[in-house]
Amino acid sequence: MAVVSPSTPTATGGSQPAGRPPAARRRPRGVTVAGIALRMPYWVFTGAVGLIFLAPLVWTAVASVSPQAGTNQVDGWGLGNYETLARYQAGIWRYLFNSAFVSLLTVALTLAISFLGGYAFARFRFPGRNFLFLLTLAILMVPYATLLIPLYVLLNEVGLENSLVGVALVLTMFQLPFSTFLMRISFEAVPRELDEAATVDGCSTWGALWRVLLPAVKPGLITVGLFSFLAAWNDFMAPLILINDSERMTLPLAVSNLRGQVQGVVDYGATEAGVVILALPCIVLFLLLQRHYVRGFMSGALKG
Amino acid sequence: MSVNAPSRPPEAATRGRARPRGRHALLGWLYATPTAVFVVALFVVPLGLVVKMSVSRWPLLTGDQGFNAPDNFVKAVDHRFFTDSVVFTVKYTVLATVLLLVLGLGLALLVQESSRWNNLLRASFLIPSALGLASASLLFYVFYSPFASPLKPLMDSWGFTFLGSPTAALLSTTFLIVWRYAGFYMVLMLVGLQGIPADVFEAARSDGASRWQTFWRVTLPLLRPTLALTTVLCVTGSLLAFEQFYILTKGGPDNSTITVVQLIYSVAFQGQNDLGVAAAISVIVLGALILINALQLRAFRSEES
Repeated sequence: MAVVSPSTPTATGGSQPAGRPPAARRRPRGVTVAGIALRMPYWVFTGAVGLIFLAPLVWTAVASVSPQAGTNQVDGWGLGNYETLARYQAGIWRYLFNSAFVSLLTVALTLAISFLGGYAFARFRFPGRNFLFLLTLAILMVPYATLLIPLYVLLNEVGLENSLVGVALVLTMFQLPFSTFLMRISFEAVPRELDEAATVDGCSTWGALWRVLLPAVKPGLITVGLFSFLAAWNDFMAPLILINDSERMTLPLAVSNLRGQVQGVVDYGATEAGVVILALPCIVLFLLLQRHYVRGFMSGALKG
Repeated sequence: MSVNAPSRPPEAATRGRARPRGRHALLGWLYATPTAVFVVALFVVPLGLVVKMSVSRWPLLTGDQGFNAPDNFVKAVDHRFFTDSVVFTVKYTVLATVLLLVLGLGLALLVQESSRWNNLLRASFLIPSALGLASASLLFYVFYSPFASPLKPLMDSWGFTFLGSPTAALLSTTFLIVWRYAGFYMVLMLVGLQGIPADVFEAARSDGASRWQTFWRVTLPLLRPTLALTTVLCVTGSLLAFEQFYILTKGGPDNSTITVVQLIYSVAFQGQNDLGVAAAISVIVLGALILINALQLRAFRSEES
């Protein structure tokens, strides 16, 4: 793997092993002119790799406002493509509202359920505890499509066909393995003395949970909220199967359907605008909460 | 709704300050009730139903028409795209898994030292993973199109299209997946690399091991738990691929890029409208997935001993 070699600092001339953990040693490097010159190839190479990851995003954002034949933005720069999007079928506001509704309901339900569930699994012993926990994790093992087919039938039977609430309930269920697991380890990381002291002082378990433990597990809740928002906002398959009324489509579904609008002629400009609107909240949240985002991945890795 | 149930504990708990065992267990159950309700209603019941559907005649519009096993399974396996989709899905899974694991580890080794520049790089590798798979597929749908692509001049002069031939479509979709997921696997690999104690490398170095030897003999073997986890995740995810092909290639050209999950969707909702057969394929996929994951975990475990 040629990729490995540039990662070790050549400036100091040390023959260091490739797989060295990050915090192992820190040598001063690249201070001298020669040091900077020697590290140039490394910067150029890694910078180019980084650009590959950023370029498609930047390109879409620029292309969505630039002139292009066959779109609503033919001459000069402007927001013509966004206007097309705004007028598509029920209108972008409707779809934004639908997506926001599904996402926020999913986040609220996931937070509430995993907060209480994590507390139960971390602090109480009750019959069936391990079984229920393993059953929750087993959701991960079952393919999305395998569950969506019967869920389509079940939701129809209880009158939740074509319903955004139904979609949110389904998405919440798919979030439960990760969020319950994360909340359980968040609660277990809090010293028991903390809530025991609170109960001795006359707090109920409910009071201890709200007043003492809630602040302590806040980082876990932020991670759970972030992941369930991203998952719900971006989900495509659940609304694709469960929703068939164009008034109730979520944004990813609407943008995807937009492509086949006019006799097979695809409006690429409007699709670009749709991608920008879909991606923007995700990227903003990622940049704001990057630490929590990485933390979520890491707890996933520790599980293995 | 079920979420309200645990609001009862306050009174219950204050009365029993000493909290005998039974009360304690009862409280635990109360807090776990919402989880249990969701898991049973939206996971256990549908799982039972899909098994029932797979052995019943179940058209999309008329619903349950009674037991007919094993017709659905016979129809599923005899479906004209069944073998093709299985072969294609496996091919795609191997390609995506190899590329993602190699690149994930490569990127992790590239940026594992903590510095300002490397933090910037990590963030840029990771940004695409914040996008939804559907959004990323739509982005590349435009990016690969022969009309709006920034690479249009290149396509014109070399005379190829990204989604025109079966091989090109597979490779283009794999590129999209690598772009979207490489950062995610990089983070998992970074966590694994951080778990290796520094003195192991120190020892290898003082024994005169070369950089290459250290990587093959020390880093990789000690990374096995991480490699097992990432392989299982990647294989599972790729076997269940849907959005990227549904949006990007729509199964084309010439039905060459139909994955198994796409087949389930089209049997259930596009034309054939047969939920029974779709359920039968789902059950087959579920069984295959459990088997494959069990085999993978066993392989990684036996290598260890």
